[in-house]
Amino acid sequence: MLLAKVVGTVVATRKDPRLEGKKLLIVTPLTPEEVEGKKSPTPAGRANYLVAVDTVDAGFRETVIIVQGSSARMAETCKDRPVDTAIVGVVDTVRLDKE
Amino acid sequence: MVIGRVIGDIVATQKAPSHEGRKILVVQPLNLDGSERGEVLLALDAVDAGVGDRVLVATEGWSAMTAVGRPQSPIDNAVVGVIDSVTLTE
Amino acid sequence: MFLARVVGNVVATVKNPSLAQKKILIVQPIDKHGKDRGAKMLALDSVGAGAGETVYCCRGREASFPWLPQEVPTETTIVAIVDRINVDAKQQ
Repeated sequence: MLLAKVVGTVVATRKDPRLEGKKLLIVTPLTPEEVEGKKSPTPAGRANYLVAVDTVDAGFRETVIIVQGSSARMAETCKDRPVDTAIVGVVDTVRLDKE
Repeated sequence: MVIGRVIGDIVATQKAPSHEGRKILVVQPLNLDGSERGEVLLALDAVDAGVGDRVLVATEGWSAMTAVGRPQSPIDNAVVGVIDSVTLTE
Repeated sequence: MFLARVVGNVVATVKNPSLAQKKILIVQPIDKHGKDRGAKMLALDSVGAGAGETVYCCRGREASFPWLPQEVPTETTIVAIVDRINVDAKQQ
């Protein structure tokens, strides 16, 4: 599981039928420090990114939780679909303990 | 999934039986600004993609092998979508 | 999957029984032009590949699937011998 920010969307008409009706969002992984605002995130254009299937109706610029690999298919509405990255939560707050 | 561009294909006579009858595409992964990202990968084709197409590549085994209709096969990447457009917020 | 060239082999007499009778080859990953990239690695052979041949390898858990129902401890397997790589010059 990783924290990530929604930075865009992908439209693909010709795709695996099991992906029909799924919202495909582009997310860039973030560290907890970046979410807290202690470090500024890398600009989206240069950052690492993934195309994820949205299961929680996430919106642009929101911070979300993503699950990768075969675990992504465990998410509700992703079962038995070719999903390798799923958005499974919208983050309200992140708090890091002081060191 | 990652975004890539199909830049070619592979001809292989002697191969895993599960790879027969499927196009083996050479895909250059792309950054969000369209620049090349890392080295090419090979993916079996599930959506009749062709050279020049911008595509979605599934990079997890089960997703890839079921997309090409070959479960329980040595397949780790498959092209599962042809991209019409990408929109970025920033 | 990724492109590679067979550059050697490994002989191990003592090995996990599920690796018995299987060829362990050393592969050098290559880029789309056939140039070496990255570190050499070991790969189990499922197609009868030989020295100097260009191949492509499957990674991950799926790498063990050519031998199903036998379970084989490999995370990189040669799954095809490449005859030709067609790369469109305009697409580079």
